[in-house]
Amino acid sequence: MTAQDTDSEAAAAEETETPAADKMVIIAASGDLDKAWPVMLLATTGAAYGMDVTVFFTFWGLEILKRPDSGITGDDWRQKMLGVFRKGSPDKLGLSTMNFAGMGPWMMKGLATDNNVASVGELLELAQDMGVELWPCQMTMDLMGLSNDDLIAGLGKPAGAGSAISLMKDASISLFI
Amino acid sequence: MADVTVDARGLQCPMPVIKTSQAIKPLSSGQTVEVIASDRGALSDIPAWAGDMGHTLKEQFEENDEFHFVVEKG
Repeated sequence: MTAQDTDSEAAAAEETETPAADKMVIIAASGDLDKAWPVMLLATTGAAYGMDVTVFFTFWGLEILKRPDSGITGDDWRQKMLGVFRKGSPDKLGLSTMNFAGMGPWMMKGLATDNNVASVGELLELAQDMGVELWPCQMTMDLMGLSNDDLIAGLGKPAGAGSAISLMKDASISLFI
Repeated sequence: MADVTVDARGLQCPMPVIKTSQAIKPLSSGQTVEVIASDRGALSDIPAWAGDMGHTLKEQFEENDEFHFVVEKG
């Protein structure tokens, strides 16, 4: 046995003793309350499992990250229309079915409060406390006329599909919700 | 007597696991956390989490519709 073999064996043993944290990636592509909820539940639970969790928010998923006071965003009239119809922030999300002009989410959130289920907003804060990386997608931000100022603080740098794929290549759990 | 107690009564999934993970983080190996939960889901979630994380479930019992778990940090 050469010294080099011993070195590589020692390195391998060290690797087994302190394994790198598993990675979990979630692509949050929906602004529906019933999708945002599982996104944030799984992200925080992944962090509780000691995983390095990154949530990549794209398309309507960006609504979850919008500040409540973001108002009408963008320069183009079509972007402004989006701001009129999609208010953003976890409190304003609608349900994918049974929305009934906001009646559905109102009932759902009431039930959640009565049952002590953490809200999407609370889970979002908790995720940030637990070190979950929240990445907004640059392309959809541009498309929808959103700037960094329209989004909550403490987010990762806006990234693209390449960064998402690069993360998912090494992740043991990748979800598209 | 556990080193730390987590009162997760009234909290729903996934909060019992999350609160426990936060409480166990600063402890050293061999120290224990007692979790008290009322969420029935914790019955499967806490043991599964503890096992996956390399911790040991030392004790588990039910008392007055509340679930107690003692987890030793691995």
